[in-house]
Amino acid sequence: MTRVALLVTCLNDALYPETGRNVVRLLRRLGVEVDFPEAQTCCAQPMINTGYLDEAVPVVRTFVEAFAGYDAVVAPSGSCAGSVRHQHRLVAARSGDATLADRVAELSPRVYELSEFLVDVLGVVDVGAYFPHTVAYHPTCHSLRMLGVGDRPTRLLEAVRGLTLVDLPAAEQCCGFGGTFAVKNSEVSVAMGTDKVRQVQETGAEVLVAGDRSCLMHLGGLLGRQGSGIRALHLADVLAATEAGS
Amino acid sequence: MSGTFVGMPAFPEAAAEALRNAQLRTNLAHATGTIRAKRLAVVGEVEGWEDLRRAGAAIKDEVLLHLDEHLVELERNLQAAGATVHWARDAAEACRIVSGIARSHRVEEVLKIKSMVTQEIGLNEALAADGIAAWETDLAELIVQLGDDLPSHILVPAIHRNRAEIREIFLREMGGVGRPAPADLTDDPARLAEAARLHLREKFLRAKVAVSGANFAVADSGALVVVESEGNGRMCLTLPEVLISVVGIEKVVPTWSDLEVFLQLLPRSSTGERMNPYTSTWTGVVPGDGPQEVHVVLLDNGRTRALADEVGRQALRCIRCSACLNVCPVYERTGGHAYGSVYPGPIGAILNPLLQGPGHDEQTDSLPYASTLCGACFEACPVLIDIPSILVDLRAQVVDARRGGVPGGEALAMKAAARTLGSARKVRRAERIAGLVGRLDLRGRRLPGPGKGWTRERDLPQPAREPFRAWWKRTGGRG
Repeated sequence: MTRVALLVTCLNDALYPETGRNVVRLLRRLGVEVDFPEAQTCCAQPMINTGYLDEAVPVVRTFVEAFAGYDAVVAPSGSCAGSVRHQHRLVAARSGDATLADRVAELSPRVYELSEFLVDVLGVVDVGAYFPHTVAYHPTCHSLRMLGVGDRPTRLLEAVRGLTLVDLPAAEQCCGFGGTFAVKNSEVSVAMGTDKVRQVQETGAEVLVAGDRSCLMHLGGLLGRQGSGIRALHLADVLAATEAGS
Repeated sequence: MSGTFVGMPAFPEAAAEALRNAQLRTNLAHATGTIRAKRLAVVGEVEGWEDLRRAGAAIKDEVLLHLDEHLVELERNLQAAGATVHWARDAAEACRIVSGIARSHRVEEVLKIKSMVTQEIGLNEALAADGIAAWETDLAELIVQLGDDLPSHILVPAIHRNRAEIREIFLREMGGVGRPAPADLTDDPARLAEAARLHLREKFLRAKVAVSGANFAVADSGALVVVESEGNGRMCLTLPEVLISVVGIEKVVPTWSDLEVFLQLLPRSSTGERMNPYTSTWTGVVPGDGPQEVHVVLLDNGRTRALADEVGRQALRCIRCSACLNVCPVYERTGGHAYGSVYPGPIGAILNPLLQGPGHDEQTDSLPYASTLCGACFEACPVLIDIPSILVDLRAQVVDARRGGVPGGEALAMKAAARTLGSARKVRRAERIAGLVGRLDLRGRRLPGPGKGWTRERDLPQPAREPFRAWWKRTGGRG
């Protein structure tokens, strides 16, 4: 593995830079010299999933240009990795630009969600992390059903020293974020998120962990408003933590 | 006497209204949870379930590819068996045909077997306008009809009702349209079923005309198939003199042996049973046995429109099992009425726009957005309909249908976002501005306008003072 790029995601870039920094720390600790192509912006999923395919074309074009030439692209997001692997070809087809379609087809298979990259590409499960807390893990829909990451994230968490992983009931049910759904159908979104948050609280966990900051933004927003003491952290935040502190 | 969905508000408003009904949410969570668990158990015990799903999808795809040939073969074999075949382009034409047959027999009532397609075309209302009462004989449809209510689920149309509500409806309404419910009726399920049985028995023995749909129409033998749980369907199919079946053109399967696949997929996916209690099949007229006049109305009503949709046509594989409704986290909370159609839930969110076309009306255009794209429906679908991908494609069709007019707030926001996200330089500039907002404490704040939906019950995230890309530039990733 020569050249590895970080797809930090627009959400982490602007709102949760600590998660991006933790991916860099984690990968460096595992011996991967990760690069951040500064031309990157967004995966275009907000446009694609709201129906604005023409508007997604320039964003996908920027994406393939930013990540051209890398052997692997790592994203701390099942949703963004899923959009790149399953939806960029739709946008390319819409553009009518055969070159863009070829570049998408060539790049997409090399885009990995973080737990896939760690377990499948690097072949590690124990990343040497230390996190002495009780954790509930929410498998996000796109990592679970679009990418099929299966038990990779929980295997990574189980190998973290000091960490107690509790069973989250109905874990595989959607949290209700859904991109623009969270605003267009905000009442239903909040109803789903409220049920999820209640189930997390009932586990007695101190920390809610997921592989997508978008879902955590929604659940963390509910937890914050309710004044719950439960923290919402990304999988990378936990895996980057060490005994020496990070 | 039953209600109609026409004029329903768009999904977000209807869903918000439904969410305020605490009893509804309790009923739905309980009912969908029960069916989900049953389905998982009986699907899990089938070796090769994935192969069955693939076979079901492949058979249906082949049918759709050669639909014209299969339909002509079906018509020929139905006619050879003594049935009369009618073709209906749309709902109005189908209703006219059914009403005409009923009126030619001078009847004032017809019996109904539970069927989605006759609800889709509004048959009961059309018959009522012609002075003919249509009696629903399925227990749940009877509850909906007596309660002057709307169905909220494909398989369990009264899923939004609990037994106390059902008892009350029976006591109040049965007497007005036939044999009354016993005065000492309790909400014990067996007593409720008994009251319905006695009420319906009178109608079964009296009616001259019955109307059904069909789960499958077998081309090579001209046979129709109805799959049911209660036996009311079999009464309707055997006792009356005249039988009229309204069948969507996508219901055809090529051969009798194809049923093997679907009769395994359907009951496990729908009621969570290994096998449904009653499977009735018939073809044409058999002298001295059952209905002596048999009509089949083959209905388009938007199906050929859906067939022309390259991404969406796979929705015509649907066997109306409703597994997608039962696993849908949105449906579980809003119930079926919010979808404003006889086809609710994930399948309704694609089927209604596919049958009607995007840009038809505000309510239908809101349906593809009634999903988080979580994919639970695709995972459960016995014929592998990729509902999330169809939803995304339909959203693009809705947006495209509106291009060219005055762009709304969302369209302007998306265009602005596309301009910014097209270049890292513009993103840096936007983040500098957001960084200033980040100096404010946003916790507990409630915003007006487009931010209102987010902030009513959720805190906003705090924009970072130093975005990731600024940190990388400053430290080279070694901060």
